This record gives sequence, structure tokens and C-alpha cells, in this order.
Amino acid sequence: MALDLFTVGDPIADTKAPMDVPIGERWSERRFRAKLVNRANRRKLTVIVVGTGLAGGSAAATLGEAGYKVKSFWYQDSPRRAHSVAAQGGINAAKNYRNDGDSVHRLFYDTVKGGDFRSRENNVHRLAEVSVNIIDQCVAQGVPFAREYGGLLDNRSFGGTQVSRTFYARGQTGQQLLYGAYQALERQMAAGTVEQFARTEMLDLIVVDGRARGIVARDLVTGEISTHFADAVVLATGGYSNVFYLSTNAKGSNATAIWRAHKRGALFANPCYTQIHPTCIPVHGEYQSKLTLMSESLRNDGRVWVPKERGDDRDPRQIPEDERDYYLERLYPSFGNLVPRDIASRQAKNVCDEGRGVGPNGLGVYLDFAEAMQRLGRPAIEAKYGNLFDMYAQITGEDPYEVPMRIYPAVHYTMGGLWVDYDLQSTIPGLFVIGEANFSDHGANRLGASALMQGLADGYFVLPNTINDYLASGPFEKVDAGHPAAVQALEEVRAQTDRLLSINGNRTTASFHRELGRLMFDLCGMERSEESLRKALDRIPEIRQEFWTNVRVPGEAGRFNQSLEHAGRVADFIELAELMCVDALHRNESCGGHFRAESQTPDGEALRDDENYAYVAAWEWTPEGVPPVLHKEALEFEYVHLAQRSYK
Amino acid sequence: MNLKLRVWRQRSAAEKGKMVTYQVTDVSPDMSFLEMLDVLNEQLILDGEDPVSFDHDCREGICGSCGVMINGRAHGNGLFDDHPQTTTCQLHMRSFKDGDTIDIEPWRATAFPVIKDLAVDRSALDRIIQSGGYISAPTGTAPEAHSILVAKKDSDAAFDAATCIGCGACVAACPNASSMLFTASKVTHLGLMPQGQPERNDRVVNMIHQQDLEGFGGCTNIGECSASCPKGISMENISRLNHDLLGALRAGARPKS
Amino acid sequence: MVTVTHSGQRRTPKAAKTSSVFKKVVMAVSGIILVLYLIAHMVGNLKLFAGAQTFNGYSEWIRRIGEPAVPGQTVLWIIRVVLLAAVVAHAWAAISLWRQAKRARPQQYVARKQVAQSYASRTMRWGGVILGLFIVYHILDLTLGVANPAGHDSTPYDRAIAGFSNPLVTLVYVVALLALGFHLRHGVWSATQTLGQSNKTRERTVNAFATVFAVVLTAGFLIPPLSVLVGIIE
Repeated sequence: MALDLFTVGDPIADTKAPMDVPIGERWSERRFRAKLVNRANRRKLTVIVVGTGLAGGSAAATLGEAGYKVKSFWYQDSPRRAHSVAAQGGINAAKNYRNDGDSVHRLFYDTVKGGDFRSRENNVHRLAEVSVNIIDQCVAQGVPFAREYGGLLDNRSFGGTQVSRTFYARGQTGQQLLYGAYQALERQMAAGTVEQFARTEMLDLIVVDGRARGIVARDLVTGEISTHFADAVVLATGGYSNVFYLSTNAKGSNATAIWRAHKRGALFANPCYTQIHPTCIPVHGEYQSKLTLMSESLRNDGRVWVPKERGDDRDPRQIPEDERDYYLERLYPSFGNLVPRDIASRQAKNVCDEGRGVGPNGLGVYLDFAEAMQRLGRPAIEAKYGNLFDMYAQITGEDPYEVPMRIYPAVHYTMGGLWVDYDLQSTIPGLFVIGEANFSDHGANRLGASALMQGLADGYFVLPNTINDYLASGPFEKVDAGHPAAVQALEEVRAQTDRLLSINGNRTTASFHRELGRLMFDLCGMERSEESLRKALDRIPEIRQEFWTNVRVPGEAGRFNQSLEHAGRVADFIELAELMCVDALHRNESCGGHFRAESQTPDGEALRDDENYAYVAAWEWTPEGVPPVLHKEALEFEYVHLAQRSYK
Repeated sequence: MNLKLRVWRQRSAAEKGKMVTYQVTDVSPDMSFLEMLDVLNEQLILDGEDPVSFDHDCREGICGSCGVMINGRAHGNGLFDDHPQTTTCQLHMRSFKDGDTIDIEPWRATAFPVIKDLAVDRSALDRIIQSGGYISAPTGTAPEAHSILVAKKDSDAAFDAATCIGCGACVAACPNASSMLFTASKVTHLGLMPQGQPERNDRVVNMIHQQDLEGFGGCTNIGECSASCPKGISMENISRLNHDLLGALRAGARPKS
Repeated sequence: MVTVTHSGQRRTPKAAKTSSVFKKVVMAVSGIILVLYLIAHMVGNLKLFAGAQTFNGYSEWIRRIGEPAVPGQTVLWIIRVVLLAAVVAHAWAAISLWRQAKRARPQQYVARKQVAQSYASRTMRWGGVILGLFIVYHILDLTLGVANPAGHDSTPYDRAIAGFSNPLVTLVYVVALLALGFHLRHGVWSATQTLGQSNKTRERTVNAFATVFAVVLTAGFLIPPLSVLVGIIE
């Protein structure tokens, strides 16, 4: 173990889930034991919600409906832009509408197993329980889900599950669910329960007497930095995939809110758990700003291959069958092209590392529909995948009906995030974290169509129930802008902003971001080793050092300044990257999205180490020069028995 | 390839703007339009100049953040033959030729004041939604999802309307700067769902009222909106809105003041 | 209370007194009234081919409709009042929407390209102005006769022949009627939309009908003056 890089602190544990009742009763028991807030008292209590994606939008709307005074913050121009909008596939729910043996318990079981036994059973079970309410809620809001001719909701099977439990709205499920939450939120804004702060970015957390009491935020239009206060703060700010620079996240997606909260004392759990999605459009060149994901449903009919010979740069159509390597079908005869995301991604990396990758920079594999076109005919392929093929053609300028698609894995989702208990409260009382921003439900790997489920579960049903227990002891002592903690936080944010603008060096923020991202993808990406991580940990402090002495951020603080926004985010990504590498280095096992070269079976499959690593790694921030402190939350598996995944 | 860009520069809503010419060199045909602007901005930063501000986020054509007028067309839609309708972030430079001059302007409308350069404030669209673009279904009140059946054709048509991403291209392209297509898409989406019926009359009346209050122009059925819409929202939605509005007014619905 | 984002930057719009859609409905309904009148007017005009007696008789008949139940010219005056009201309402709606559009985009684009807009839809507003001016001239010319070479005490037939024998007068009519044709082409489609009667399946039919209708009506109006000019009617 790399004990030079961190120290081990006291273990932590969730104390909120009522463990004295069976798992199926814990959620209702928790709601029963939680203190309630009288409706008349709710309007005296203020809650800040940062972020308006599925989790934040639904939470702010629901808290507003409940009668709390809500302040909603988002960095985009409208709440409808949050990146939940881009989710394609669908949302899982244990409705068992297909009568195919699905149940709350099966969804719970699949999610714990899919997370490679690195998630907390209680949270996952609750997620499966409320999944059915989510569908009801969204239908009532008018979300136009796919339906059958009889008028009933349609389902499909997704992400390798054996039951059809995924509800969808064509390839735009995230968009439609988000608009449902967004409309509910706008309704509360009109009703006056939710106050809106558009284009306003949270830059720090204000902690008073150990409680989260407010935030420092910058109005991105006027540049004004100001303090905002509340009785509780909810972070719903999404994941941190953009630490890799190129990812499927939106350009603005960032870790600043959770990172600053971490620096104020919130523990950060499992930062190294990142999901790399296998079917993305490959990188074209240095200038590329963004990766685009294509639904993994493509693997249902497309066959993945590379040439057998390295450096074979013939037109793929000229390469005869016996000179092709359908490596997924060869390595995993029973699952073939449908192996889980992490395996498909890692094998793509392996063949490219062998020099057999295709495309301009050798980072790509073919996804070939020639056989499916022959078997099903072009019209059937058009009906199934037409929009994806069009998108591919639009971006690459190649016609996938004629030439095999080229795909390559891309960072897509981060399972890690701020540590929360069963109530979704972080280690700072009064700071709640929901959606992708927390670590809670997906363990080391997230199943398809589960991100939307978790975001809405947290926002509509979990947080609005658990936050009452905390708020029942409020309203807390009034805090205003003159409070020393607020003044200090504000000054620190101003100082950092001024410092960024004053360096006036020779490199752009984007060049640092690109450098950091490439380093993270190569050294802390699909495969990690002690060697690669040590290399990353040597280099990241150098990048940070150079950033703070040589970055050039143009413009002024008191104006709309997108360069300044980006610089602040990248500064935080650099720090977070270091913690990710420490976490990845300390976890000397392979689990879910985290593959350690040192921990594999003789035939190259991930090897989990339950004896030593069946815990959540929750990291405490320490000032520069002091190694971070690891707090372990032991994971117990009462209901789903530990087993090794196998897809051979 | 090398291009000449004429870009609208305006430091703030209060200051006057003007077109400024820039040369960009070594543009790859595989770049997206916004990546081409990124390259320009990196160069401007290193040259000590102010980079061009523009809104963008997902860069995969779904969030609705980006949108500029390209050679007089919203998102460039309608400039290129055989080119599907798209957002600015999904327009690629292979659609242009070496030596081209490209005019880039912000959406122009009173209801969309310029924030800086190409970034505008579209919060007026959110306020139209606030005025009625929702179904009142507080969390926890929902009946079992299968208790109300929805005909597939209605659900599909509602989905088509609901794909509007709120980018504002319809307003930008409309000779009257009207947001009718935006409003109509929401009225249609919710009006086709059984859950949307109880508020149907009030919704359309209030949304149209808010649209007028925001300072948008009136619709004269010209069709530039639909021709510029990255999601291909059709003019049919506007007819449906009008139909609903007349019915609502006959039924006595009046805007909340 | 709803906080309006960046309220400082927003221009407070004038309270919308009348909904923009209501204005469009006024325009559509008044337009339909005018179109119905135009159809009757065009049919009447074709009676020029039946000779002076028939044409003048028809003109006389219009003045006597309803007699003896009501005094002479009562129905004619009702028609005139309805038409005037329709024209005023049509113009009010148009001007009001025009001004709203101007306010909605005070700063024009430097570069602008239209693809969906047809010549017909682009010329609705100025075409409407031309038609308004033409109607004034037309009444002075053929109804009151004060602007007609045959003078105000001539018969309608004489006035038509006297006027259209002059190529300049016919040219004015041809220009105005072409403007009318374009106006109708977009107007018929637009009214269908405004009254909520169009949809995806009907859209093609509505547009085709609008074109055919505009062509037929314009041709029907153009035939008599051109026939006078070339001497088919004397």
C-alpha cells in the first residue's frame, strides 16, 4: 500500500438507516422515525439547492411544493440545460409490467451486483423501492414515454439485464424527464416558493459552527461575488468526468461545488470510480473539445473488430473475414459483443495498445453492421438505429451504412462523489448531496438506465423526506453577510479570482485542461497500475505549479468572463485529479470501473479483493503538503452475497 | 482551410456592438463550428485580446445552449443542401470551403438582450414556461402510471413537440421575432396528453399573454422558425395552439394578470 | 415573488393590451369577409362580357336588393359598412402586428438569408399598403367616377370601358391585382393556420388550394380590363 501518500483516520459509518428492521422496511421506518416539520414552520426555513438537473431540479421543485423557501442556483442560462438532458437510453423501474419476474428485490440485487459489491445495500434497496414512484410521478407530469398501441407504457431491456424494466422516450429519455422536473420547478418559481439564480456559480460553502449555512456564488453576468444563506444546503452539481478534459459531459460540467465543499470538510468517497463508456465516437484531433456517446444498444447488432495484423490500414471493407479479429466474440463466447461496459472498454484499449487500433490516430475499433444489414435488411437497421447513424455521419462525415463505424471508449460517469449517509447528508451537518454528485448507489460501476433513476429518486422522494429530520431542529441562528465565516469565505473566493486574473502567463486554461485530461486518461483511465499512478502523482503537482504561475486568464472579474469561469474549474480539477490517483493507487484491487493491472485473473479479468477492500474510501481534505486522510466505511452484504462477476 | 470570420463584438448590453473581422487558419474539416471558435479564442487569448463569448454546454445538440446566426441563418440551418437541421455545435466545418467568409451574429430580439458578444439572455422563454407550461402534479400525488392510458399516436405526437430544446432559433429566424413555435411546442406537448387536459385552456391563454408581455413579435405564419429549428418542430403546432386558444377564449379562459 | 433574472438588463415591454393571436384572428376573419366579397365582385365583373345593358342592369340590381322590403340601397350600404369595417380591422391588426414586430427586433441583422419565406409572405405588409391605396383610387375611379375619364355621371359600363382603354390605367390595375394575388396566396394559408384549421396532413392541401384560389381570383379580375384594353370588349 502506498502509505506515503495518505494516512488512515477513524472509520466512519452510516448511522441513519434503521438496522433493527429488515431491509425492505428500513425506508419506511426511517421516514417514521424522522422528525417532521410543521407546514407553517416550513416557510421560515430556507434551503439552497445548487444545480437543476434531474436531482436538483426535482428536489428544488418538491421542497418548494412542500412549503420551504428554496433558492435555486445554476450556472447555465436556464435550468433546462443541465446535462441530465443528454441522457439517451432510459430509466429503470421495478414495475414488472412485463410479468417477466422483475421485482424491487431483483432491481436491488442487479444494482448491487452490477456495482461490483462496492455500494451500500440500504441505499440501493431504497432506490429500487422508490423507482416505481418515479415512473408514476413522471407520467403525471406529462412526460411522453414510449407507449404501445394499447396505450400502455413500453419497456425495453437495457444494459445486459434479463428483464425489461427500462422506460424510455425514444433516444431522449433524459431530456424528457428533465423537462418534467424543469416544468415543475418553473411552476414553483411562478408560485414564489423558489427564488432563481440563473447563471450563478457556487464557488464556496459557508460553514458556521460546524453546519452548512450558505454559499458564496458568482453572478456570471455581472461578475458580482456574493454570499447567500440558508438553513440547509443541497448540492446537486453532477459528476466530475471533465477532469479527463475529453468526456461525454457538457463543457461546463465541473467539480467546483463538491470540491470546495470537500475543502470545507465534507469527505469525498471513492473518487477513482469512473465509468468509461465503450461506444463513443473516436477523437479526431488536438482541437477536439468533446466526445459524443452513442447508445450502447448499437452493440445488439453491431460486431466489434480490429484487423489481426497491426498497422493494417486498408479500407475496412477490403479486409477479408479471416484477417479480422472479432475480439469480444473470441474472448467472451457467451456474451460476445454484449459484455458489460467496463470490459468492452478495456478490451478496446488493449487491442489499440497492441497497435491494432483503427482510424487516424490508431485509437478506435470497428463497429460493423454489414452482417446485420445482410440479415435484417437496411430498412430494419434504419428503423432501429437511424438517428444514431445520422448523428455519426453528421460528426464524422462518414456513412455508417457503407463503412463500419469507428468507436472508442470515453469517460462518461463518475460513481464517486461526496460521502453521504442514508439521509444523503454529508459529513458536514446541513450539507446534503444528491444525484451524481454523491457516491451513494452505484458502487464501483453503474448499470445502464440507473443514473436517471438515482437522480430522480434522490430529488423527488429521498431528500425531501430526509431533510425534514435535519430542518426540524431549525431555524438556526440567523447568519448574514457580516458573519466572520461568510466574510472569510467571500474574501477567499475574491482572492482566488484576483490571483487567476493576475498571473498573465503564457498558456491558456484549455491547454492545461487538455494536458491534465490526457494524463488522467492514460495513467488513471481504463487500466491503472502502481507505476502509472505514481507517474501521474509525480506530474500533477508540476501541472498545478505551472498552472498557478503560467496560466493566462484574460478579462476582468466584474464582467461576463467565460475564461475566468473555466480557469477556476480547471484549478479544482487539478486538485481533484491528485486525489483520484491517490484513491486509485490505494485500492489495489480491480472492481467495476476501476481496473488495477496488478489485480487480475490469469486470463486477464478483473480480480476483486473483498477481504481487503470491501469498504468505501472516504477522503478527508488536508492542506497542501499534508497527505489526505482515509476514512473507511465497511460494507456489509446481508442480502446479496459476494460473488465474482463472470461473462466468459 | 483558412477562413475569414466577421464576428459581432459587443462588450455588454449597455454598449454598442460591431462586426469585427478575424482570420482563422488551419481549420480542420472535422472540427465542429464551436471548436473552430475555440481555436480563434485560444489565439485571441495568447495575442492578449478579448476572446469571443458564446453560450454552449453539451456540444451534442441537445441542451439548447448554443446558437448563433451563421451567414444570416440560425445555426446555419438552410445554408447547406442535404444537411440535416442541426444545432451550431453539431455543424461541422466540412460544410465550408477554404477561403469562405462567415458572418457570425447573436440571436437578435428585444426579448433576448445581448449579454456579451454572441451570448444572449433567453430567460424570457423560461418565464413563458412559468406562466403555464407545466402540469400541476406535486410530488407524491401521482396515480399509478398505468391508470391512464395514452394512445400511442398522441404520445408520439406529444413527444415530437416535446423535443424542442428551447434554443431560441425560432425567435432569431422569425422576421417578426416571434416565439410562437417555442410556445406552440409546449402547448401541443401538454395538450395532447390526457394529464394535461384540466389546465389546457388556462395554459394556452397565459402562455400567449406572457409571450406578448416579454416583447416578442406576433406570428404571421411565415415558416422561418420551422425551417431553422434544429429539432424540426413543425408549423402544425402553431395551428394547434391557435385552435386551442380560440377554444379557450370561447370557454371563457382569460389570462391571469 | 418571482425574481426576474438580471432585471436591470431587461427592457420592460409595454403591457400587451391585446393578444397577438387575437389580432391575427381579427385579421383572418376580416380577410375572409373581404375574400367572400372579392369572389362576388369578380363574378360580377365578368358580366362586362354580356354587354352594357346587362352590366348596367346588374349594377342597378345591386342597388335595389331587398326592395321593397327595405328602402333602396339599404343592403348595398350594409355591405359597404361591413366592408369598410373589415378593411379597417384588417389594417388595424396589420399595423399593430407590424409595430409589434418592429419593437421586437429594433436591431437588424447585418447578414440575413431567408429560406422559408415566399415572395408572397414577404410582401404582405407593403402589398397591403399598395392594395389600400389602390382601393381608394378604385372607388374614385369606378364607383364615384371622379377619377374616371367618363366622369361621375356616366354609366358603370362606360366608366369601365373609358378607364381600361387607357393602357396606364390598366397597368395600375394589373399591378394592384398581382399584389392581390400574392396577398391572397399567403393570406389564405395564414388564415387557415391562425384559425387553427391546419395540420400536417392538411398542410399541402391548404397550400395548394391557396395557390389555385389566388391564381383563379386574380385571373378572373384581370380578364375584363385586359379584354377592354385589347378591344375584345368595346
